[in-house]
Amino acid sequence: MRMPAELVSHVFRDPAAIQRFSMDDWDRLVRQARQADLLARLHALLQQDGLDLAIPAVARWHFEAAAALAGSQQKEMRQKLKRLRELLAGLDFPLVVLKGAAYVAAGLPAASGRFIDDLDLLVPGERLHEVESALQRTGWHAVDLPDYDRRYYRRWRYDAPQLQHLRRATAINLHYAIVPNTARFHPDAAKLRRRAVEIPGLTGLAILSAEDRILHAATLLFHDDGLSHGLRDLSDLDLLLRQAASETDFWPRLLARAEEMELGRPLFYALRYAQHFFATPVPHEVRDHLRSVEPGSATLKLMDGIYTRMLAPAHRSCMDVFTPPARAATYLRTHWLRRPPRQLVPHLVYKAFISPYQREPNPA
Amino acid sequence: MKLLQIPPGDLRRQLADSGLWLRTGPFSLRVRSRLDAVAEGLGDLYGQYEVRNPRETFTDFHVAVAPHISLRRWLRPQVKFSFDGIEPFDPLPLEQAYPIFERGLTWCVSEHAHQYLMIHAAVVEKNGRAAILPAPFGSGKSTLVAALMLSGWRLLSDELTLIDRKTGWVHAMPRPICLKNESIPLINAFSPDAFFSRALHDSAKGTVAYLRPLKESVRRQHEPAQPRWIIFPKWVADGEPELLSRSTQLSYQSVTQHALNYSQLGAEGFHVCSGLIKQSDCYDFQYARLEDAVAVFDRMAASVVTDQVGN
Repeated sequence: MRMPAELVSHVFRDPAAIQRFSMDDWDRLVRQARQADLLARLHALLQQDGLDLAIPAVARWHFEAAAALAGSQQKEMRQKLKRLRELLAGLDFPLVVLKGAAYVAAGLPAASGRFIDDLDLLVPGERLHEVESALQRTGWHAVDLPDYDRRYYRRWRYDAPQLQHLRRATAINLHYAIVPNTARFHPDAAKLRRRAVEIPGLTGLAILSAEDRILHAATLLFHDDGLSHGLRDLSDLDLLLRQAASETDFWPRLLARAEEMELGRPLFYALRYAQHFFATPVPHEVRDHLRSVEPGSATLKLMDGIYTRMLAPAHRSCMDVFTPPARAATYLRTHWLRRPPRQLVPHLVYKAFISPYQREPNPA
Repeated sequence: MKLLQIPPGDLRRQLADSGLWLRTGPFSLRVRSRLDAVAEGLGDLYGQYEVRNPRETFTDFHVAVAPHISLRRWLRPQVKFSFDGIEPFDPLPLEQAYPIFERGLTWCVSEHAHQYLMIHAAVVEKNGRAAILPAPFGSGKSTLVAALMLSGWRLLSDELTLIDRKTGWVHAMPRPICLKNESIPLINAFSPDAFFSRALHDSAKGTVAYLRPLKESVRRQHEPAQPRWIIFPKWVADGEPELLSRSTQLSYQSVTQHALNYSQLGAEGFHVCSGLIKQSDCYDFQYARLEDAVAVFDRMAASVVTDQVGN
């Protein structure tokens, strides 16, 4: 049987399909999954269905090595979170852990086979400085940035420059908003923080509520200019949705919250492409409800053309002639969403023509 | 089928077209390149390695070595290495086409093969026991390993020791040994079995050539070996060979420093490392003449046989 070109999401939709895979299919699956950062999650999925024994011996180590790496990254992250809380014991507000680190800290299904490098934290904007200096006292320091970038962070960004530890490889990103304040959709971060729930066993650390986790992930995905881990992020969303859907009244709560935060559009796209790639179950009523935020049919067709390409693994075997224009369109679209044109044009000109020719800051 | 059974013209065509599939130790790779230097290097050095038709075969690492396209290429042509579309290093001068392939292959393994604890160390075996030699650049490690291989020790690897996380045994990935400057004539004089690829001149390192692994090492590349010694070699200009016990703690420290994925493996990295140190005798080893060094290693290997008979 002939398999589709993009195999990763095919296996997520139909894990048993691997029993019909040729060696050539395995070769492509491993390469695409590695590119998408989903090798370890695929391994977990196949294990769960007892299908890992169907992985041919020659290909197995790729999955096992990735799973081992993801496992140790997660263990390290849990230890780091514990230490962090001890270091920041003086703060009188909870630190909200975001993204991969949050899934791991709270032991959500979305942590399955998840690689995590950085720790993202959401803190109140007015307390940012306090957290930053507390971290600096314990060995974390801001990465050295060129002047333009430093000024840019101060004025327009929604986070502080990354903090790196003197002796540790991973970085901490402090956010005080979800997307720049200049963006078309900019959910109020204070509202998100107010509904955050404390993580059991990690006093002082919190995670966004089930609806907000999903809205946050959806908003980020459709503001991401590179989408280097697009399919992985969409898979996170799929797992978050499947888990939350088991709670009573989840869907009405999600829709109400999306409306309140004015994030109906990103939610619409997230559900649309999660269904496309991962066959995420979404009730009819929810789809009907979201018709009101659906774009016009021409726009939707264009968005489908772009996002079905951009969310596929960035591997040659998944690309076609429309992939490069889709990439360019995503870049422009996300920057368009983030800033008004009078800021956007000078910024892109600077990034395209000036910064590549400037000297790197001295790391010393 | 072995690589040496492919006629040179076909080898070049395969490399340029669908890619050449070959296996080194536990890994398979598919190499694409239109560059003659890559075809020549592979032909000279990988003759004994298994090759297959790449179609319908699983490949661990899809790699390519190609000219780097830039404005500078008219002034100073460059070459780049890519792994399945990823370019892990900056382009190098075109003469480095073969070395960039070897370096790229090492990168592919060290970046992905976390089923092993990987130590930046050479490893050789005799009488079923492996000696691991972690050492910094310039310690003469490669020269010593070349001499050991040419004196009846089996080469498992010149730069990457792969320790199976479950069994603690070393897996072999024998590949050409890179030697520099005066080591090349030294090894040529040491053994009539030494075969080198064409020497290259590198502005940073001087003259560089690759020593072909012996047939026996390649033939037995799927045989793992039990670690028995960890030896930190150091070449000195003059004097008798000296083998001094090294403390467990110091050895542990150095092994973890040379381990490439120790921190990535977390607690398991710790267990594998302590297991390794526990079953190995650790030594600092100083030598001036290769013949003396080989004699010391041979005595160690012989002691294993006596131990086994004694038991």
